Amino acid sequence: MKTENLAVPELAAVEIHGMTRGAFLARGTLAAGAAYGLGAVSPFVSNALAASGDVDIVNFALTLEYLESAFYTAAASKVPGMSSDLKALVKEIRDNEGEHVDALTAAVKQLGGKPAAIPKVDFGGAFDSPESFLKLANVFEDTGVSAYNGAAPGISSVQVLAEAGAIVQVEARHAALIRLQRGQTPAPNAFDMTLKADEVLAAVKPFIKG
Amino acid sequence: MDQDSAVRELAEDPSSRKRFLKAVGGTGAAAALSVIVAACGGSDKKKTTSTAAAPGPGGAKPDFTNDVDIVNYALTLEYLETQFYNDVINSGVIKDPKVGSLAKEIAAAEQQHVDALTAAVKQLGGTPAAKPKASFQSVIDGGPKMILETAATVENLGAAAYLGQAGNIKSKQILGAALAIHSVEARHAAAINALVGRGFGGGDQLTGSLPDGAFARPMKKADVLKAVAPFLTA
Repeated sequence: MKTENLAVPELAAVEIHGMTRGAFLARGTLAAGAAYGLGAVSPFVSNALAASGDVDIVNFALTLEYLESAFYTAAASKVPGMSSDLKALVKEIRDNEGEHVDALTAAVKQLGGKPAAIPKVDFGGAFDSPESFLKLANVFEDTGVSAYNGAAPGISSVQVLAEAGAIVQVEARHAALIRLQRGQTPAPNAFDMTLKADEVLAAVKPFIKG
Repeated sequence: MDQDSAVRELAEDPSSRKRFLKAVGGTGAAAALSVIVAACGGSDKKKTTSTAAAPGPGGAKPDFTNDVDIVNYALTLEYLETQFYNDVINSGVIKDPKVGSLAKEIAAAEQQHVDALTAAVKQLGGTPAAKPKASFQSVIDGGPKMILETAATVENLGAAAYLGQAGNIKSKQILGAALAIHSVEARHAAAINALVGRGFGGGDQLTGSLPDGAFARPMKKADVLKAVAPFLTA
């Protein structure tokens, strides 16, 4: 395994920031919610993008989908030694992410906005082995779920909300399947954590080059 | 959007539900359904023109017009899921330790959903729905394969049910909480689908770990209630 070729410090930061801390937050706040009612949960249910318009939210999602789409497209041809099951899964997810990109691009246009540019990406040594690939895929999928869940309550348009819901459910299924491929529990928490936009951006920043 | 496809799939599924439906024979299901509809607040009384209405063909009437009814609907489904997993675990029918530990994990998650949704209803000033009377004995008697097929059906149904109400929820807090549960139901669904050997893709609702392709499809209340009716005994 050549996991040392990953952007190790950044990735460690991502996991600490996005997963461990998030899991902690989710457990703490939901426990509080159960004990004290939903008001106690409000800091957890972030209004991450409440001040933004739908165009900003959809472009934010579009950038994440571009990142995932590029990631799985490269993985399909670069990762050595994948099982046939994993290969099929990677292709399926790649195609799903591509469809998400198309749908969100159309949604931005329909809202009268300008679709976000395709980000330049660099995934370091993530494609060196199935293990290093799956590790980063796990981060992207869990982060994607939390990003959508954090942003969705800020969406004004019922149509855009429906679309975001239809996408996040698929991202959650990806996350579960990638986790199973890693031998991890598919659903580590009873409630998926939400991440604010700046937390999501911090998580993916190491992989976006300009 | 084909809202009826899930119910049709359930009816047509040769491996599990069809046998189950036959076994149960629909006895009492209609009466039980009326109980559960009442528990879910039966939304006939109110009118329709909320801007938060779910998008539907021709601007169809939303299933619910207030958050208490939506959360009680979700609570009722979570009660059913919790009982299902607990009954299965207690039956001792599942021998595979990997499957057993997944079932325990999911059961614990569903119980946490019940607790959180009960708290949410109270927070909204409502009365939490009572635990529905249900039996999964016919499924348990059918053995591990039928249990897992049913678990897959239940989880896909749950995910689709949450998705079907997202646009009707008025409170951002409730929407955020519902989304945090929705994606966990989706994880359960994908994992169990994979466990029962359903492939990744698939064009039919409830089939495959990614049954709908890139975009998950919602289900309306009426279809969800029809699908769970065979389990109700009240």
